[in-house]
Amino acid sequence: MSSANREAPRPASGRAGTKKELPDHFKDYRHVWVFIELERGQVHPVSFELLGEGRKLADKLGVELAGIVLGPPGETTQSAVAEAFAYGADLVYNVEAPLLADYRNEPFTKAMTDLVDAHKPEILLLGATTLGRDLAGSVATTLKTGLTADCTELDVDTDGSLAATRPTFGGSLLCTIYTLNYRPQMATVRPRVMPMPQRMDKPVGRVIRHKLSVAEDDIVTKILGFLPDSQSGKANLAYADVVVAGGLGLGAAENLQLMKDLARAIGAEHGCSRPLVQKGWLSADRQIGQTGKTIRPKLYIAAGISGAIQHRVGVEGADLIVAINTDPNAPIFDFAHLGIITDAIRFLPALTEAFTRRLSPHSRDKLAN
Amino acid sequence: MHILVCIKQVPDSAQIRVHPVTNTIMRQGVPTIINPYDLFALEEALRLRDNYGGEVTVLTMGPPMAEDALRKALGYGADRAVLLTDRYFAGSDTLATSYALSQAIAKVGETFGTPDIVFTGKQTIDGDTAQVGPGIAKRLDLIQLTYVAKIPSVDLDAREIKVERRCEGGAQMLKSRLPCLITMLEGTNEIRRGSLEDALYAARSQVLRWSAADAGIDDLTRCGLRGSPTVVKRVFAPTARAEKAALIETPERNLRDLADELIAAILTRGPALEQELAFNGGE
Repeated sequence: MSSANREAPRPASGRAGTKKELPDHFKDYRHVWVFIELERGQVHPVSFELLGEGRKLADKLGVELAGIVLGPPGETTQSAVAEAFAYGADLVYNVEAPLLADYRNEPFTKAMTDLVDAHKPEILLLGATTLGRDLAGSVATTLKTGLTADCTELDVDTDGSLAATRPTFGGSLLCTIYTLNYRPQMATVRPRVMPMPQRMDKPVGRVIRHKLSVAEDDIVTKILGFLPDSQSGKANLAYADVVVAGGLGLGAAENLQLMKDLARAIGAEHGCSRPLVQKGWLSADRQIGQTGKTIRPKLYIAAGISGAIQHRVGVEGADLIVAINTDPNAPIFDFAHLGIITDAIRFLPALTEAFTRRLSPHSRDKLAN
Repeated sequence: MHILVCIKQVPDSAQIRVHPVTNTIMRQGVPTIINPYDLFALEEALRLRDNYGGEVTVLTMGPPMAEDALRKALGYGADRAVLLTDRYFAGSDTLATSYALSQAIAKVGETFGTPDIVFTGKQTIDGDTAQVGPGIAKRLDLIQLTYVAKIPSVDLDAREIKVERRCEGGAQMLKSRLPCLITMLEGTNEIRRGSLEDALYAARSQVLRWSAADAGIDDLTRCGLRGSPTVVKRVFAPTARAEKAALIETPERNLRDLADELIAAILTRGPALEQELAFNGGE
């Protein structure tokens, strides 16, 4: 779509038909921005997923895609700038200051809102991480604009508005939300909901640097320390390539071991559906679904999971979904690719054994140790 | 210490069903509950009150029936309950909701003393946005502390608070200032069983019922549908994948053959997986 099309909005149906003309002071809001989440030297992969989506939106609108990189002066921030270009940004707005080294709401909100006021983007996307959600809420309220959380689909409507689709009612339905008369149109997206775009090696483009307008003395909240999660036993479900999960069909907490045995045999992460977390069988960081983790593995094996919509929303991005369930009418068979109607409690040990037989001798040796 | 807790009455989402033909929500008979995430905020508030003295006010915005949620909160031990209810609030998005709640919190402050801490849950189970807490903080110019897992200390004289805040890959230990807004992480405590005294108190107490005017809101254009920058244009059911799962026949088969067949089917569909699985298995 050319940018000229945007000047002539078509009348829309329904409630959006009540749309007023965008107020004059918002008319020069242009371009798509993606907040690049940099924490402790690492860019969160959700930022690259958003650059992929942002690229599509910017191309449809005929505008530029900008990455927003806030961080401490030095190497890590500059490599985040380079990564933003490698994943599709046309330009980067960069604020470097020592007090942006660790996330705090006050300086990050100030840096973001100053940038928006100065450069006026029409769309601003952030990852729905703990950081992104903390920041997005403050920024949207400061700018008094609309914010749509946890979107699963982003598109540009015929009149150039952002159409942000998200699950509602606990994932039973989807709704498409517009921010009609305010700018920027803000949205967050959870990690792994969008595919990872191809990384391209290309030279660093235009970088526009800004100064932070607050000093450490202006910031009330002080960081006393940081306790990293111990790596052992901590799930990294969202980015695992192979995931095995169990549901109520496993019958008892001790049968979770059967699912974990399979996961271990094939080098998978393990997870579960929501009822198991509610029963206390597994911790909340293992929950897969709308209110837990969204996963996008190459292979997902669901054992004894019925496949309620709230679970489905979290696993649909998997390349291959295998369902094991005794109930032939279970909804999981509507979105799985392969199904076996059998009792997971009896079948899992056989599957673990069969996989172990198929693994290379080298792997078997290692497993035996 | 005056602590204010914002709660929301929500439909028990575990019991929501979608009509198979019309794809509309079947609301009838769905029981309502206090948003489960809010109970962690309420319990933390009650514990702080028990340790440091003072009182806990619970506040909700909603239809008249939301009074049930407030009465339940009184039964857990809250001291005072305020229901913000007015037809002008209908259709509020998170920005309009945080405006109305922040006005009501300011009014509670004028009437009963400024809250030292405002609590909310991490998010609600019906909206899942996690936006209203930060919205209230910004509007009332309160320090915003989200995803708090622990509150090791509050110093009322120095007006200082220390919290442990969950973030990506770990926890931040933060020192900040009162008054502040805290969104409480789930699983951090367990809501108490209210005492018999609390139950009697809940039954006897008056829930304060405030209209927009009572809460001191004079700009109604910032409330409800009119005050909401976001507009829901379409609601629809997710489309099912046209193709259903290919089922592997199970009758009269031994489990070993069945497992081999499943693995063969997996590898036919994803030939690259063999290396993936073997490689991972070797790690």
